[in-house]
Amino acid sequence: MEVKLTIKRVPTVLSNYQEEGGGAGCGRNCLGDCCLPASKLPLYAFKASNQNKFAQEDGLPTDFFLNSLLLGQWEDRMAQGLFRYDVTACETKVIPGELGFVAQLNEGRHLKKRPTEFRVDRVLQPFHSAKFNFTKVGQEEVLFRFENGGGDSSYFLANVPNTESSHPPSVVAINVSPIEYGHVLLIPRVLDRLPQRIDPESFLLALHMAAEAASPYFRLGYNSLGAFATINHLHFQAYYLSVPFPVEKAPTKKIPLAKCELKSGVKVSKLMNFPVRGLVFERGNTLKDLGDVVTNACIWLQDNNVPFNVLISDSGQKIFIFPQCYAEKQALGEVSQDLLDTQVNPAVWEISGHIVLKRRADFEEASEASAWRLLAEVSLSEERFEEVKACIFQGTGLTESDEEDETNEESPYASSSSAPVASSHIPEGCLVLQ
Amino acid sequence: MESSGGAPPAEERRLLAASLTARYSDWVLEELDELPGSFLLTDPAMSGHPIVYASRGLASLTGYRPRDVLGRNARLFQGAATDRAAVAGVRDAVRCQRAHQVAILNYRRDGAPHWVLLHVAPVFHAHDGRVLHFLAVQVPIAAAPRRRAAPCRRPPVFAACREEARVEEELPCASHAGEAFVDIDKRGLETTRWLEAGEPRVASGCDKEKALSTANSIFSALNRYSKLTGLVVCGKRCDSAGIPALSSSLNLSLGRIKQSFVLTDRHLPDMPVVYASDAFLSLTGYSREEILGCNCRFLNGPGTSLEVLEEINRNICCEQACTVHLLNYRKDGLAFPDLLHVSPIRNASGKVGLHPFQVAFHVWVHLDESIKHDFNGLSPEVWQLGAVGAVRVAVRSLSASGSLLRPSQ
Repeated sequence: MEVKLTIKRVPTVLSNYQEEGGGAGCGRNCLGDCCLPASKLPLYAFKASNQNKFAQEDGLPTDFFLNSLLLGQWEDRMAQGLFRYDVTACETKVIPGELGFVAQLNEGRHLKKRPTEFRVDRVLQPFHSAKFNFTKVGQEEVLFRFENGGGDSSYFLANVPNTESSHPPSVVAINVSPIEYGHVLLIPRVLDRLPQRIDPESFLLALHMAAEAASPYFRLGYNSLGAFATINHLHFQAYYLSVPFPVEKAPTKKIPLAKCELKSGVKVSKLMNFPVRGLVFERGNTLKDLGDVVTNACIWLQDNNVPFNVLISDSGQKIFIFPQCYAEKQALGEVSQDLLDTQVNPAVWEISGHIVLKRRADFEEASEASAWRLLAEVSLSEERFEEVKACIFQGTGLTESDEEDETNEESPYASSSSAPVASSHIPEGCLVLQ
Repeated sequence: MESSGGAPPAEERRLLAASLTARYSDWVLEELDELPGSFLLTDPAMSGHPIVYASRGLASLTGYRPRDVLGRNARLFQGAATDRAAVAGVRDAVRCQRAHQVAILNYRRDGAPHWVLLHVAPVFHAHDGRVLHFLAVQVPIAAAPRRRAAPCRRPPVFAACREEARVEEELPCASHAGEAFVDIDKRGLETTRWLEAGEPRVASGCDKEKALSTANSIFSALNRYSKLTGLVVCGKRCDSAGIPALSSSLNLSLGRIKQSFVLTDRHLPDMPVVYASDAFLSLTGYSREEILGCNCRFLNGPGTSLEVLEEINRNICCEQACTVHLLNYRKDGLAFPDLLHVSPIRNASGKVGLHPFQVAFHVWVHLDESIKHDFNGLSPEVWQLGAVGAVRVAVRSLSASGSLLRPSQ
């Protein structure tokens, strides 16, 4: 007998158009078939191959995508008053401790309205046109289109008619309830009205965005349904915070793979000493190799109804997958009331260590211990995690090997640190945390 | 010794007037007369460092008419109960040729004491760095809610008619006053009254704004009418000792931003520049040492619109962003049309030495509109806003982790 599990929570408002009934009503400049093809948007066409890491002479400067285009456009929308509040006026602090959780006090993020019911036992749900989706968003909330330019270098065009493109348009829009400065939404192939589910092409788009930003502090995230996604229309989130996330500092333990799988060059590890259990995927010969391995794992999870969150960090070189069960526990009444009272919905950013708190008392008293306690409820148990991990490996054709990996210099059982500073490219600034 | 209350003799008046008219065109007097507030201009090159100009507002605040004070040293406003340390601070600032703000007890012409916020700033000859004048602005400080505490009583003092009643070392506080010689004005006012200075008053943010704003208006007026060809009379060469040391992380993050910009700190006297990007130095021709610690007005010149500067000031006071077009000047005197965007930048945490949750800095992003730039398809405004965004991210993230300022030694 199938039990339908639901929880009540206040949904986050991602767009100013979210609350207006569900009417398609146009005459506005929306992102639907009625308006988008007939209008023009700026287009950022990223380079197809990521091999050439150095900016070409006539190409765009390396900081153009992030600093000039994304942040400049975002600041412009701030000036236009499109955000529900000024996120830079929200108190933020790094909590003292080993991992350095980041706490933010944001009393305005959540609506002061009645919570809605969310079904939490179905990770895959069909797209409903009647409900809010991103085709209803006004174009003023869109910063630019983001698509594959097909060439060796990236280029930017300020004003491109949306009909003229070989690709269905994918857009970057603002999140009107930002967690941090520069918080945006990446909506792949917006007109295709894809439900919230990972597919290889869309995931690769997200990886390319991380690569174009070329900053270890610009991360992308994904929440599946049942893991606190608010809208059932395929989207990734991204923002910029110049401190390492706790999850990026946690040690990992490499999972040795059978030699034949090493062709893709992807390294898989288990996250250690962190409240939420997760898998870490790194390297890969190409971005696509890495993306494909991760996508396969996600597809297994969503097909088998395991809610999960994904964090893309280190400019697309490092990806975390967190299967979770908080919503299920909440629906079954297994979460303690005081945790529920914080009203924290542990989605990808919270799990990574950036926690938005609604009440001042929670913010003042926030500690590494309290953060750990909250996140521990989100994690699968060790037993269940190992089960899921085994299934993922089986389902994606990866084989865990018992042998020591000959090509790897480190001992497979040694923990390796994974803070952004250790990555291959030059880190952005040397932060010395107290 | 001049007679009490009389105007200086004709020859002296001529010399005093020449102090101004040699450097500025005659219109400058009319312009200064239009400005509200009580302020003075003094000439350190003349013997006795006399007052060469006094505003119309002086009389209502102090009871002195301009002609009562011309030619005299500004210490005439001080009196028996004026805090010696405050006076020493002003004297020190004058000697080091830097701006200074202090709350001080002054005396009206009738002898009545009153508290003012005194803002003193040098006016430099941009070319050779010579101090041309000092300006001194007085803003009255209202009484705080009454708190009855033991008044600061000083024993009677005798006037010392000394030209340079300079006490070089810091005088001890009131409890030892008795052997103190006080700088009393040349009128030889012999005061034997017991004076109740009352609780020292503290200037409010509003008072400081007023003082700053008046000082800026005076500078603008002097700039407009400067006779020094192509050059700017500016409050330059302030020393950077008082500005906060930014952490290396912040400097690194800011160093990556390609646009031409500076950061200023509104909470320090005269809102000095605390950071300048390399692009800004290239654009304006100044070196970093020359401008750190100085107010941005060193960029202004005769053609800089007063209205636009006032608009910027208004927005700064209201903590709002603004974009303006104005004429600014490079170090070599060449003017350029500047697309300037000014925006407040908040910090994120209360743990740093900066004021919590308030505006930490203002960012000023400049763009020379006469030069062709390649913005790769972005509009110039959005390109500038990119710099603002990048500064916001840097300041916000680093202040959240307490790494905004260099730890104090």
